[in-house]
Amino acid sequence: MPSKKVLWIVLAATLILSMVLTACTTPTTTVPTEVVTEAPTEAPVVEKQQVEVFSWWTGGGEAAGLDAMIKIFAAQNPDIEFLNAAVAGGAGTNARAVLATRLQAGDPPDSWQAHAGQEIIGTYVKADQIEPLNFLYEEKGWLEVMPETLIPLISENGNIYSVPVNIHRANVLWYNPAVLAANNIDPTTLTSMEAWIAALDTLKAAGVIPLALGEQWTQMHLMETVLLSTLGAEKYNGLWSGTTDWASPEVTTALGNFAKLLEYVNSDYSTLTWQDASQLVVSGDAAFNVMGDWAEGYFKELKVEPKTGFGWMPVPGTQGTFQFLSDSFTLAKGAPNRDAAIAWLSICGSKEGQDAFNPVKGSIPARTDGDVTLYDEYLQSAMVDWSKDIVVGSLAHGVVANDSWKTEINNALGIFVADKAVEGFQTALVAACKSSGPCK
Amino acid sequence: MHNRRDKWLSFLLVSPSIIAVAIFVYGFIGWTIRVSLSGWKGLMPDYTFVGLKNYATLLNDPRFQIDIRNTLIFTAVFLVGAVLLGLALAIMLDQGLKGEAFFRGIFLFPMAISYIVTGVVWRWLMNPAMGSRLSGFNLLFKSLGLDFLVNTWHTTPYWGIAFLAIPAIWQLSGYTMAMYLAGLRAIPDQLREAARVDGASEWQIMRYIILPLLTPVTLSAVIIIGHMSLKVFDLIVAVAGKQLPLDVPAIYMWQATFDGNFYGLGAAIGVFLLISVAILIIPYIRFTLRSEENS
Repeated sequence: MPSKKVLWIVLAATLILSMVLTACTTPTTTVPTEVVTEAPTEAPVVEKQQVEVFSWWTGGGEAAGLDAMIKIFAAQNPDIEFLNAAVAGGAGTNARAVLATRLQAGDPPDSWQAHAGQEIIGTYVKADQIEPLNFLYEEKGWLEVMPETLIPLISENGNIYSVPVNIHRANVLWYNPAVLAANNIDPTTLTSMEAWIAALDTLKAAGVIPLALGEQWTQMHLMETVLLSTLGAEKYNGLWSGTTDWASPEVTTALGNFAKLLEYVNSDYSTLTWQDASQLVVSGDAAFNVMGDWAEGYFKELKVEPKTGFGWMPVPGTQGTFQFLSDSFTLAKGAPNRDAAIAWLSICGSKEGQDAFNPVKGSIPARTDGDVTLYDEYLQSAMVDWSKDIVVGSLAHGVVANDSWKTEINNALGIFVADKAVEGFQTALVAACKSSGPCK
Repeated sequence: MHNRRDKWLSFLLVSPSIIAVAIFVYGFIGWTIRVSLSGWKGLMPDYTFVGLKNYATLLNDPRFQIDIRNTLIFTAVFLVGAVLLGLALAIMLDQGLKGEAFFRGIFLFPMAISYIVTGVVWRWLMNPAMGSRLSGFNLLFKSLGLDFLVNTWHTTPYWGIAFLAIPAIWQLSGYTMAMYLAGLRAIPDQLREAARVDGASEWQIMRYIILPLLTPVTLSAVIIIGHMSLKVFDLIVAVAGKQLPLDVPAIYMWQATFDGNFYGLGAAIGVFLLISVAILIIPYIRFTLRSEENS
């Protein structure tokens, strides 16, 4: 029966097809590998090494900065091919899902971008996916050129897990100098929550939006700066290490301050992006906005002059502290090209690499020895603060709390912003620290 | 002999899709259920069996309670709105108006647009900004002197989610219209004429003849709109972003899984969604299959 044979062939083909389909579901970037396996047959003399670097830098100053670093890398490592595995999406929301799939499938890129701190430690270190980099820090002398208070925030049990490329500051209060002048408010006097709230009252009475606010993550951003301002650096750090009690009266005061600030915000906050909210300040509709210093890059895009079109200062009560966040690169455990990955990380931590990336991206180098002449007025002032201030980490941007903890805080925050019940919020925060943080 | 071969061949021809469906639909449903019964929290898979713990967590989770409430409100407004508007449009077009084909096209057209596009446009239209920054519908209302209509749209506390059903109704009422129109055209004219001969008013014809005959169409519309509504994700994200007062289970599933690494919890939300859609759809499929067998 020849037809039976045909049937078997069709059946086998079907099975193969279904396997191919299965293989297609993992969104990996395997295409470049194929190119290389073919390469030796054409040019058998030089076997080119590769390094695959995963990031979410696909557009604007970020992508341009990455390209600048890649150029330096290529010049110093001519025999390593750089594979740029970038996945688009703001703050890496899509990229992280793709990366998780790759790691779960045992197919890590050699090095990937992640927010320095607990976002790395709580997720990738806990899953045993990355190597400590102390040897590289010692070899390159990075411990001497990076702030002393930074290192514990990006380490776990004495192991440093990533190389920070850039530094952004979270606790910046942006203001409209003309609006403040019109209401006789001198920004230099705003050094405490109380003074700030008094100024907000004046502005509210004058009919301007006192404080511009945006969608939910910007609310978390505001909250973390209020926690820092009310508690001070040491107790703020204690929240994340477990030494400051989330149920304590100081935290109640801080949350009360946060609730108070929410009385001064624009009513349509939930529909505004951070850009929309920041723009309210330069357009004169609002007086203040708390946002990370990427807002300065946005103001430059809007062609507003620093000092006259917008001013900046630390969030009242946080003078002398630098609440940071950082994009950093890791070394994958079992990296397919470990040596090449280390060569990449060496560029990431070098003065040359950081000074190439940061002026384009609009951030400051993690090293304190960057070339100030390359940076604009705001960034220069941030570099000064970075080298002398106490460094603390940001919650909204992954430094101080792991992803699970942050998600639980985010849920509690969302409910709080809607119902304004401080007590319920604090109870939920205590529970979140127990369930995903260090609290017992 | 020939018959048997045909049977074999037809089976073979559909086997690729059977295999694909078996793997990608039923295989993954089974796998999701397994994850939902596990304590997987963190990046790496952990299939430790924890029973229904994730489901219990969900039931006590204030965010999930908001999700269920929002889904119910959204579905109710969306269903009633799309069905009534679709029916009204269909009845209007069925009156033999001039340019019927033109209007049919216009009403059906929004369906061709993706939810994301609809969402972005309606995000502008339903802008809740007040004062000097008034825009979208609010600005239109104000310039027409209809100040009382100026409102906060989806930022309205508690009922905000109902406003998000407006773009959904806009998008899908044309679809229900097409369904109803087909239903109306299938009703033989003799029935209406017989009723008229018996002295029935136009309203009585509508109430006692047309609407009962449209019941199967309504059922189909409710099922199709209802299951889309339960799964809604993209429209909400496009109009309102990921904010908790307007949260729905699909958004929570995404955030729990990929932002928070709560894979077990995320899978439980997925299973919950599957069950809620199944409750709606399975009786309908059985009903359709049975009526097909009968005819």
